[in-house]
Amino acid sequence: MGRYVIRRLLQFIPTVLGTMFLLHYITSLAIQFSGNPVRALFGDRTPPPALLQAITERLGYGDPCLDRKGDPCLWRAAEDGGGLLGSGYELGLFFDRLHGIFFNFDFGINLRQQEVTDLVANAIPFTLKLLVIAIVFEAVVGIAAGVLAGLRGGSFLDYMVKISTVFVISVPIFVLGLVVREFVGVKFGNVLRGQDWIPDLISVGVFSPVFKPDYPLASLIIPGMVLGSVSLATTARLTRTSIMENVRADYVRTAKAKGLTNKRVIGVHTLRNSLIPVITFLGVDIGAAMAGAVVTETIFNVPGIGRLVTMSARTGESSVVIGVVTMLVLVVLLANLLVDILYAVLDPRIRYE
Amino acid sequence: MTDVNVKMEALAGVDPNALPLQVKDLHVEFRTRNGIAHAVNGVSFDLRAGETRAILGESGCGKSVTAQAIMGILDSPPGFVTGGEILYRGVDLLKLPESERRKVRANRIAMIFQDALSALNPVFTVGFQLAELFRMHRGMSRQDAKARAVELLDLVKIPAARQRVNDYPHQFSGGMRQRVMIAMALALDPEVLIADEPTTALDVTVQAQIMALLAELQRERNMGLVLITHDMGVVADVADRISVMYAGRVIEEAGVDDIYASPAHPYTKGLLESIPRLDLKGQELSAIKGLPPALTNIPPGCAFNPRCRYTQEVCREDPVPPLYQVSPSRTAACHFWKEVKGDE
Repeated sequence: MGRYVIRRLLQFIPTVLGTMFLLHYITSLAIQFSGNPVRALFGDRTPPPALLQAITERLGYGDPCLDRKGDPCLWRAAEDGGGLLGSGYELGLFFDRLHGIFFNFDFGINLRQQEVTDLVANAIPFTLKLLVIAIVFEAVVGIAAGVLAGLRGGSFLDYMVKISTVFVISVPIFVLGLVVREFVGVKFGNVLRGQDWIPDLISVGVFSPVFKPDYPLASLIIPGMVLGSVSLATTARLTRTSIMENVRADYVRTAKAKGLTNKRVIGVHTLRNSLIPVITFLGVDIGAAMAGAVVTETIFNVPGIGRLVTMSARTGESSVVIGVVTMLVLVVLLANLLVDILYAVLDPRIRYE
Repeated sequence: MTDVNVKMEALAGVDPNALPLQVKDLHVEFRTRNGIAHAVNGVSFDLRAGETRAILGESGCGKSVTAQAIMGILDSPPGFVTGGEILYRGVDLLKLPESERRKVRANRIAMIFQDALSALNPVFTVGFQLAELFRMHRGMSRQDAKARAVELLDLVKIPAARQRVNDYPHQFSGGMRQRVMIAMALALDPEVLIADEPTTALDVTVQAQIMALLAELQRERNMGLVLITHDMGVVADVADRISVMYAGRVIEEAGVDDIYASPAHPYTKGLLESIPRLDLKGQELSAIKGLPPALTNIPPGCAFNPRCRYTQEVCREDPVPPLYQVSPSRTAACHFWKEVKGDE
């Protein structure tokens, strides 16, 4: 097991480096084709070239490779002419960034000269809360619906679950998010806000069309449910199939023959086996939920990681994009590793060598 | 194993002098999309304490369904018991409410399944699965129940029981797993044990060990054993009486020696002739021609008539042949039982 974990951790290295290079190249291309992002700071005014130059250098966009379209910024001409092994070139912007991140824990700064680490530290609590709400919602409701549908295959409830899940799966999250914001947050919320007897926590907080800093948890509930809803449908279907498969299993028949109560036959002997694939899915889904958070946070104006990435990508702040996405990649990789370990705990037949 | 029975609740109406198991005219059908499958069509048999009753027949003849109906663990729907009685010491189990019926399982009538690997839950240790019986039926603490689980593994001769109790089913060999199944069935000291092809999934040497163990434990406890099998060799060794089933009916019922000496039904005779014999080495194996009928479409008259060499017009017509009294202690459902028995 220990060796397995170490091997998996080593596999992180190429994944993280590959992701970082990809992000580095895409953001560099964006700068090469659309120009110096620092100009955006000056709006319509034309800045004095010396000032522009100084700020550009300060923010780390001064590398000459950013002026050459298509240059991957992997190396640059050495200033003293010697360079690496006398080739006349030395390691370029990409390696500067790697050096900064991994050796100095310096993820760089954004255009307003804020540390990326600070930006992330401020944004991450919102995203975490959103994710927890989403995962709890999809796990609890999804598993419950799946179990009920699976135990009574072909019943009215089963069809309800099947039809509603198809409906949810086929609607993209940005459509669902906008519709929910418009109808639940604005229209229905306005009705609630017109009633005096409803506490503000409900009418202003929970049913707010956007995130409200005054109600940091309540106003995240609906965005979280939107984020969890797509995976909720998958969870419910997965649980349903898994339960239907397992209630016919021989060991469930054995459990009945042992004279156990129906509650125990289902709750202990069937459920434990049925939930193994579901829990694996939920773990992997953390990654997908992060991607979904980018959309959800933008729609509901939640100041989390997702919105941070969207805004930074728009203004071409490559250091923020690279830093944040690298962290997200690490989180997803760690989550997947944890799921694989959890899998071995849940199913004793799985052994990692 | 005396304290095990202490906390067992009394079952109303139990007559200690009645037979431990009596099945009377049992009917089971499966209501499927392709029509109704008549899996069991009037099966009757008795079981005395300490007796071994073999139920013999090929795949799909309704023997496992009979066992599941006795245990009350048919998959329902699609399976339904549509008639008959299953009497445990005079109490009709089919009339008991589910809460009472549940307490009969494992306590009074227990069952061993064919494939122990799939019949044991893969995600719990065998200790947990054994101890569960004591915890749920006897209200024992986890610790006491675990200790009993170790005793049980010892009883079925699993070496190093104290360590193995914490192992999972997949860590046992096939024979050892079947021993765990037996331990589980015997845990609460039942009076009747139903073994549904207990050795089919095992290789021959292990089969013999498992059958010997079953026979030994049965003798010690004076337990009634219903042995469901298609293996004529196993039957000859351990059974006292045999019920041969075909298409959901018992077509011959007799003591083991009578059946082997002079079968009175053409199907039984065909089964016996199909056993490979050493003295006929090199010759073609005799087999019963044709296939058993689909249970959704059983032919009128004797269900065996399309495959039978004695068939005459009367066999193709309803009603089905009654159980003729061949001798005071045996019956056969064939119009021509005298010819079958006689031309031996």
